[in-house]
Amino acid sequence: MRTGIVVFPGTWSDRDCFHAVGEILGEPVRYVDHRERALDDLELVVLPGGFSYGDYLRCGAIARFAPVMEAVADFANRGGLVLGICNGFQILQEARLLPGALLRNASCEFRCEWVHLRVEQSDSAFTLDCRPGQVLRIPISHGEGNFFADAATLESLERAGRVVFRYCAPDGRVTAAANPNGSLGNIAGISNARGNVVGMMPHPERACEALLGSEDGLAVFRSAIHALTRVAV
Amino acid sequence: MAVAIGKARLEAVALDEDEYRTIVRALGRDPNDLELGMLGAMWSEHCSYKTSKALLRQLPTEGPHVLQGPGENAGAVDIGDGLAVVFKIESHNHPSAIEPYQGAATGVGGILRDVFAMGARPIAILNALRFGPLEEGRNRHLFQGVVAGIGGYGNCFGCPTVGGEVYFDRGYADNPIVNAMCVGLVAQSRLRRAKADRTGDVVLMVGADTGRDGIHGATFASVEMDERSVSRRPAVQVGNPFLEKLLCEACLQLNELDGVTAIQDLGAAGLTSAASELAHRGRRGIDIDIDRVSRREQGMSAYEVMLSESQERMLVVVRPPAEAAVRQIVDHFELHADRVGSVTSTGRIRIREAGVVVADLPLKTLIDGVPLRSPAATFPDKPLSPLLPSVDEPEAILLDLIASPNLRSRRPIYRTYDHQVQDNTVFGPGFDAALLRVPGTRKALALTTDGNPWYVVLDPYEGTKAAVAEAARNIVCTGARPIAVTNCLNFGNPQRPQVFGQLQECTRGMADACRAFELPVVSGNVSLYNETSERNIPPTPVIGMVGLLDDVSARCPAGFQDDGDLVFLLGETREELAGSAYFRLLGAKLEGRPPMVSLEMERRLQAGLLDSIGRGVLRCAHDVADGGLLIALAESALFGGRGLRCPGIAGPVSREAFYFGESQGRVIVSVAPRRVPELQKLMAHHHVPLHAIGVVGGDDFQVGSEIRVPLDTLRAAWETPF
Repeated sequence: MRTGIVVFPGTWSDRDCFHAVGEILGEPVRYVDHRERALDDLELVVLPGGFSYGDYLRCGAIARFAPVMEAVADFANRGGLVLGICNGFQILQEARLLPGALLRNASCEFRCEWVHLRVEQSDSAFTLDCRPGQVLRIPISHGEGNFFADAATLESLERAGRVVFRYCAPDGRVTAAANPNGSLGNIAGISNARGNVVGMMPHPERACEALLGSEDGLAVFRSAIHALTRVAV
Repeated sequence: MAVAIGKARLEAVALDEDEYRTIVRALGRDPNDLELGMLGAMWSEHCSYKTSKALLRQLPTEGPHVLQGPGENAGAVDIGDGLAVVFKIESHNHPSAIEPYQGAATGVGGILRDVFAMGARPIAILNALRFGPLEEGRNRHLFQGVVAGIGGYGNCFGCPTVGGEVYFDRGYADNPIVNAMCVGLVAQSRLRRAKADRTGDVVLMVGADTGRDGIHGATFASVEMDERSVSRRPAVQVGNPFLEKLLCEACLQLNELDGVTAIQDLGAAGLTSAASELAHRGRRGIDIDIDRVSRREQGMSAYEVMLSESQERMLVVVRPPAEAAVRQIVDHFELHADRVGSVTSTGRIRIREAGVVVADLPLKTLIDGVPLRSPAATFPDKPLSPLLPSVDEPEAILLDLIASPNLRSRRPIYRTYDHQVQDNTVFGPGFDAALLRVPGTRKALALTTDGNPWYVVLDPYEGTKAAVAEAARNIVCTGARPIAVTNCLNFGNPQRPQVFGQLQECTRGMADACRAFELPVVSGNVSLYNETSERNIPPTPVIGMVGLLDDVSARCPAGFQDDGDLVFLLGETREELAGSAYFRLLGAKLEGRPPMVSLEMERRLQAGLLDSIGRGVLRCAHDVADGGLLIALAESALFGGRGLRCPGIAGPVSREAFYFGESQGRVIVSVAPRRVPELQKLMAHHHVPLHAIGVVGGDDFQVGSEIRVPLDTLRAAWETPF
C-alpha cells in the first residue's frame, strides 16, 4: 500500500501516521509536501491531524487552498483512498470532499481522551476489516470536533449508510454520555458516497500498539490494505 | 563618586545606585540610554541571578552521565544508545499574573525553544501551577486562563503535556506560580551548544519579526508587583505556536548542518541577551546591525528592538559558506532569515544603527559584571505542632479530603491538554510520574514535577528535601531510576530577610537531598520578587525530575491490577500531621514541624522498590503523599477500578496520623499472593518496614468497620469539578 502522508505547515500527526503505516504495518510510505501537485505514485493519501496554518481561522479553511489539495481531489475522484484524521477531516470538509462541518466542542474545551467508537458499516475502505457493531477504543484530541450537518444532509448520510463511526459506550450503546463533543447523532466519522474517502475525528494512529493503550486503530489501516487488494483482484 | 543620573531613569531599568556606579567604573563613562537599558535587562535578577548565584553553587551539577550542566539553554544527560535527554524548567509567573493566557502560553513557548535550540526534539511538556482559592473570581480567572494558555500553545505546537501538578492556597492569591518544563531527545553527536566561537561567522535571526511586545519583560519579572503592574501588560508577550512549530522543524534540520555553529533562543531580554550570551560563551564579540532586524511595527527605536521579547525568534550562527544551505531550509518552511550581525574577536557587543555605533559594551561587564547581592537572612523558630481533637468520622473525612481542590482528580485539567501526540505516552498525566517510551529503543523516560508548598512554609530545608525525595519516589514507583534534576525556585522579595532565609534553607535542602540520591542538577531557573503589596508568596521550590527505565516492559502501574492481590505499605509512619491536607481540612493553623525526610531511609525504600519492580514482584506501586495513606489507597483503587478490603489497620501511631498523616518515605504496593514471601525477603534485605494493609477486590473501599464507601461514591467525590 503506497501511502502518502500530507504535511501542511502546522501538521503534527504526520510522524505518528508515518510510524503506524511504515514501521508498525511495514508498508511503503512517504511524506507529501503541501506544495506537491502529483500523487500518481500513491494508493492511499492520509491527511493527518494538527493545526494547519495554526488554524487561527476556521479549522482547515486555509489548508484547503494548498496546491496539494487539487491533487487530493483528483486522486479521490479517480477512486484513490483518502483518510482524513482530525484536522484532516476538517480539511476534507472545507475542500467539499466530505459534507458537514465540525464546530467547536459543546464543552467549548479541547478534549484529549480515550473514547469508544461503534463501527456503523463495514463497506468503507477503512472499515472492511471490521464487523458492523464492532467497538473500537481510540483516542480523540481536538477542540473542534462537533459534527454538524443540515437536516437534509444528515438524513442522506444516514440513509446511504455513510456514517462510519459513532461515539458509544464501551458496550456499544450510543448514548449522550458517550458523546465527547456534541456531535449530531454521535457521529465520529463519515465517508463519501463511493466509500473511498473517509474523515474521522479520533486518531487511529495513536491506537496501534498495546504499549500505548490499544491496537484497535490498526483495523482502520489494515482495512485500507485489504480494500486495495480487493481492487487489484 | 556621585551618581550623575536621575532616580526615575534608574528605576525604569530596576538598577540601584551602586550598580550604576559599577557600570560607570567598568565603562569609564556614563552609559547612554540604550546601553543602560541593555545593562538593566542583563543585570536584572531574572537574567543575572545576582541574589541566588552564590546559593546555587552548593548544588551538585556533575555526574558520570551529565553531558551539559547549568549555563546553557537546557541541561543534557546521557541515556545510552547514543541518545541524550535535554530538559529544563522555567517560570513565567509575573506575565501570567497580568495576562494569564498569554503569560502561560509564552512560558511553554520559551521552554520549548530552550530545548530545540540544543538540537533536541521536544517530546514532553510538564508544569507546576499554584493559585489562590478558586472561590475568588480573580483566582478562577487566572487558573482558567493559565490552563487554557498551556493547552493552547502545546496542543497547537504538537508536543504532549504529560504531567504536572497544581495546588491552591491563599498565599498565591496575588501571585500565581506558572512553571513549565520541557523534555527533548537528541542524538548525542548532534547535541548543540549555543556558543559562537568562530570569528567571522554570520548571525542570522530566524522566525518572527520583532515588535514592541515584551519590552523589558526581564526587568518586570525582577521587581515586586503593585497596582501599576496591570499597566505593564505591554511587557507581556503574545505567543504564536504555529510559527514556533515551523521554527522548531527548521532548527532541527539546521542542526544537522555542519556549517551551523550555534543556535540560540531569544527569550528574556530578547536580542540583547541572546547575542551577548552566544558571543560570551564562545569568548568572542558580536556586532549587530540593528537596521537588518525585520520589524512588525514602524518607527521602532534601537532600544525597543534590542529589548523586545517578541516570541518565536532564534539566532543561528553560521559559517559564511553554509549560509545558502541554511537559507534553503529556512525557505522550505516559509520563514525568513535576516543577517543581523557577525561574530567578532572584540569581546564586546556593538550595535550599529544607520552605520553609527549606538551601543558598545564589554560582554564581561554585561554578563558577569553585576555585583552579587547577599541580603540579610533570618530564620524563624519552628513552633511545635498544634494539637487537634481526635476525629470520629474517618469516612466523612476521607470523602471531604478526596473532593478537596488540592486532592481531587486533575482530569478536568489534563484532558484539555493533548498528552498523546508523538505516540510515546505509556503513562499519561494523573499518576505518580508520566512514562514515555524512547522511540527506537526498549527504554522509557519517567517524568515528574513536585513541590508540596506547605512543608516548605513550615521548614524550607526539610520541605525542599521532601520535594526532591517525593519526585524521586514518584519516578521509582514506575520502575524507573532517577537520573537528573531541574529546578525552579519561586520566592518572594529577597530583600526581606525572612524570604532570603527561606531561599538559603531551600537551596541547602535541595543540595543535601540531591547529593544523597546522587542526582545532578543540570538546569534551572529562579523567580524572585513574587510579592504584591508586601505580601510574599509561600516559598515554592519546584523539582523537575527525569528517570530512566531500561526496559519499558518492566514498568509498574499505580492502580490496583487484580482482585485477590495483597496490598502492603512500605516505609515507616510517624506521628506527623503538621502541614497535612487533613489539618488544612480541619482549619488548623499552618504551624509545626512538617514530615521529616530521612535521606537514608528514603534511599533504602527506593532501592527496595526498584529491586522488587525489576524482579517483577509488584503489580502496582503508588507514592503515599498529600492526604496520607487512605488517600493513596483510594487513588490506587480508583486508578485500577477495583475495590479494597482492609481489616482494621493500625500502626504504631495515632489513628489520625496513620490514616491521614503525610510521613515521607512511604509507598503502597500490591502483589500477587504467591509472591508475598519474595516481597518480604526483599524488604528485609533492604531494611524497609512492611505493613500488611488488605486485599484488592469488590465494589467497595472498605477499611475496618469505620469506612465502607462504594467505589462509585468515592469516584464521584474524587471527580468533583473545579
